Parts: sequence; C-alpha cells; structure tokens
Amino acid sequence: MNWSQLFTSTIGKKIVMSVTGLFLITFLVVHVGVNGCIFKDAIDSSDNGDMFNRAAQFMARNVVIRIMEYVLFAGFFIHIIQGLVVEFENRGKRKRGYEVNLGNRGSKWYSRSMGLLGTILLLFLLLHWWHFWIPSRFTHAGIEEPVLLSNGFIGHDMFSLMKATFSEWWIVIVYVLGCISLAWHLMHGFQSAFRTLGLHNKKYLNMVNALGIGFSIIVPLIFALMPLSFKLGWIG
Amino acid sequence: MTPLGGTGGFMEHKNINVKLKVWKQKNSQTAGRFETYEAKNISTEMSFLEMFDVLNEELISDGKEPITFDHDCREGICGTCSMYINGRPHGPWHATTTCQLHMRAFNDGETIVVEPWRANAFPVIKDLMVDRTAFERIIQAGGFISVNTGNAVDANAIPVDKDKADASFAAAACIGCGACVAACKNSSAMLFVSAKVTHLALLPQGEPERRTRALNMVAQMDKEGFGGCTNTGACEAVCPKEISIDNIARLNKEYLAAGLLSEK
Ligand code: HEM
Ligand code: SF4
Ligand code: FES
Repeated sequence: MNWSQLFTSTIGKKIVMSVTGLFLITFLVVHVGVNGCIFKDAIDSSDNGDMFNRAAQFMARNVVIRIMEYVLFAGFFIHIIQGLVVEFENRGKRKRGYEVNLGNRGSKWYSRSMGLLGTILLLFLLLHWWHFWIPSRFTHAGIEEPVLLSNGFIGHDMFSLMKATFSEWWIVIVYVLGCISLAWHLMHGFQSAFRTLGLHNKKYLNMVNALGIGFSIIVPLIFALMPLSFKLGWIG
Repeated sequence: MTPLGGTGGFMEHKNINVKLKVWKQKNSQTAGRFETYEAKNISTEMSFLEMFDVLNEELISDGKEPITFDHDCREGICGTCSMYINGRPHGPWHATTTCQLHMRAFNDGETIVVEPWRANAFPVIKDLMVDRTAFERIIQAGGFISVNTGNAVDANAIPVDKDKADASFAAAACIGCGACVAACKNSSAMLFVSAKVTHLALLPQGEPERRTRALNMVAQMDKEGFGGCTNTGACEAVCPKEISIDNIARLNKEYLAAGLLSEK
C-alpha cells in the first residue's frame, strides 16, 4: 500500500482527523495556559494584566512559537476541510433514511454531531480571529498604545483589548456558547482520537476516557470564565 | 427490556393484535412505500418471523402478495433475518436476532414499523430483503487463512494464549448480519470487518496474511461504498452477538501497522 492510500482510505481519513485533532488539543493546553495568566489580576489587583501581557509578548517574540503558528494554521485547515469531507461523504452513504431512527438508543447525541459542533466552532473561530489575532498581527486596532511590561519589554496591551471586547454581553454569550461546543466536541473527540490511532487495550481506554472527560470539562470551563470574569468585573 | 418480558420475568401467554407498517418495494429499480397490515390473534409465544409467516399465509389465501423477508436458521446463528424494527435493527431486545425476538416484546394494539436495512451498499432486493453480498466480497478479499492440505493437524499442535483465544472466539461470534451497518449513521461496516480481522489476527494461524488481510479487507470495504467509522458506538449497541467496538480500535491498529510496514 502506498502512502497516499494510508491517508485517503476511510480509516486513513480518520487518522488525519485524529492526528490534527490531537495537535489542536496540545494547542489548547498552551492557549489556556497563556490566557489563564489574566487571572493573576483577580488575585493581585496591582497586576493589571501585566503577567498575561508578558506571556503574550513572550509568545510573539519566540521563534519556535512563530513557526508553530504556521503549523497550527495548517492543522486547523486540514482538520476543518477533512472534517467537512468526512461528514458529507458519510452522510452520502445512506441515500434513503429511516422512518424511525435509532437516535440516542445506540449512541450519544454529541458523538453523532461532531460535524455540527465543529461547524459552530469554526464560526466561533472566525469571530475569535477577528477579535484578537487580526488586531495583534495586522491592524493593531484597539492596541495602538504600547505598554511597558515589568520585565522591561514593550508589548501590545492585549489585556485591555480583552477587557474592551468582553464589555459587550452578546460577545460574552457567543464565547460561552463556543466553549460549550468545544466541550461536547472534545467529550467525543478526545477518546475517539486514541481509538482511531489503534489504542484498544481496556486499561488504557479507561484511562483515556477519564482523562478526556476531565479535559473536556476543565479546559472549556477555564476558557468560558475569561469573558465572564471581565464582564462581571472579577478582573480588569 | 429483558428477553423474559417487562413484568416479573414470567411469560404470561396471551394472544395479541398488532398493526404493521411494512416497507414494500418491488425491486431495486423501483421506489418503495409503506403498507399497513393487521396481524390478528398472534400468540406472544411466536417469534417475530412466525408472526410474519401467519400474516403471509393470510395474505396468500386472500390472493394478495406476501411480504418478502430474509431468514434461514431461525435460531440466531446465520445472520440472515435482517429487519429494522421500530427504529432498531433486530428489534427492541438486547443481543437478540429478529428470529429470536418474541411477540411478547410488543403490546396489544401496538403499531410496529418494519424497514429493511438502509445503506447504499445494501440495496433492497425486494421488500425487507437486501443484497448483502458486499460482505461476502469483503471476506473474499482477506477473511481467510492458507493451510497446507494433507492430514488434519492435531488441534493442540500450536500453542495459543488463552486470553487471545477467548478474544478471538468472541470476535468470531459475528454472524455477518449487517445490523451494525444498518444502525450506524455513516453506514459503516467497521464493526463487521473488525470482528473478522480480530478473529484471525489474534491466532497464530492468521499470522501469515495478517498485514495484507487488514489492508485488502478495508480496501474492499471502501470499494463497496460503506462509510467511515466515527466511533459513535451504535453498532456495538445493536449487535446481536455483542461484538465490542474495541475491535474497531484493534482494526485501526492492524491497519496502521500494515500500512506503515508494508513493503510496497
Ligand atoms: C480547537 C478546536 C478543535 C479541536 C481541539 C478538535 C479536536 C478534535 C478531535 C480530538 C477529534 C477526534 C478525532 C478522531 O475521532 O479520531 C475531532 C474530530 C472532528 N472534528 Fe474537531 N476539533 C476542533 C475544531 C474543529 C472544527 C473547527 C471543525 C470544523 C468543521 C471540526 C470538525 C471535526 C469533525 C467533523 C470531526 C470528525 C468527527 C468524528 O470522527 O467523530 N473540529 N476534533
Ligand atoms: S458485528 Fe454484530 S451486527 Fe455487525 S455483522 Fe457481525 S454480528 Fe451483525
Ligand atoms: S434466521 Fe438465522 S439468525 Fe435469524
């Protein structure tokens, strides 16, 4: 079997979904870690986002991170395109549907809704990029004033940009909904990715299952707390 | 629900009337439609197929066309009795084929919707009967072992690890009924293929063709037009032989290893 078949057969396509999905999970770990620095302000009100701005500035000047940013975009691109291809191909395999559906008697609703949850995530991502990535990289809208950091570097005041962005309720609500979609997407995706890569031993599957549930709840919850904390005045 | 019925486990015998909404289709070229039938005075001791026999006898004596359905062993081992009953392959009972499903699973006066397996790879031949030769072609592609002819070898000549033998045996229980495909939202045949691959991959006798088997069976599965697995678990939930979805993960491993390690 040649290389292309290994990635284009039905199993191969899932391997691509799994590898890119797991890569996106590692990105989430970094992302939640960096952004979690905003909560320093909740403990120490003199921080004013300094810890987070320092972390963001470190990410912006670190060459490894700057290279990984391209890999991340490639990862998202492949995951999204392949996800939509898989979703529509699989739908096409049953031209005529059933009068009565099996529904939740056989599987969890979120395991059957990965395409939908992913599409909601995609829409959220577009808005999210518009809010933060485009200003920080290109337009600098809302972060025109540089900020002097406690480590002597000068950076963008991303903390203030977050605060301004999350002053609107509708934006906060859309972000929380995005986090809920992420939680359900991961609730199925996390363990599924390991199964796709061939993990079949019961003792490991049980471990991955537990890890997956924990990850799918904790990480999206911390993300959701970010817009909520700004809006409710817990930070900023 | 348990095979003993909903109440207390004792099988109270009675006769019931049920309404059936059954898929009727002349052949694979024509569009089908639902027809409604009344099955009267049906003993709760009857199997679901016996209920259809009674109904068909009546239809024939009335000069009407009987309902076509697949069946053979009627003891849960051949896998032919494909019926999608009230939205579930093989009906409401866990780990039970349609032929082993009894009418005590239903209530007097209930309407039962009966559909054929629905998947592009399983075209309807007539009414509830579908063409499952796709499964046979998948087996032909790799579901076999090569042995030398001559005298039969002593059964215990090759030592087999007990756990592996048990797991292989559990996978070998697959009767190729296709319920997994029928239940899957992707019409994926992965549970079936994974059972066949696991069955042979765990035994020393399956070792020589281990890699080509996984590759060829998956290639044939794709060629037949089955969908990809997304690990929803609907297959496992409806499988009359309780084939575990963990076998699919094992097939993924076999396939990935074969793909990475094959010479060509
Ligand atoms: C941070 C964002 C995301 C993460 C961490 C993520 C993670 C994952 C993981 C781990 C899987 C499981 C792979 C497997 O079953 O082998 C998966 C599957 C999938 N993802 Fe994502 N994903 C993300 C965003 C998206 C987006 C934006 C889409 C847009 C369409 C999407 C669509 C899908 C689809 C369709 C599947 C396949 C469903 C399945 O096989 O059950 N995902 N994702
Ligand atoms: S895996 Fe189960 S449901 Fe699928 S064909 Fe085999 S016995 Fe039938
Ligand atoms: S008729 Fe053989 S399994 Fe049902």
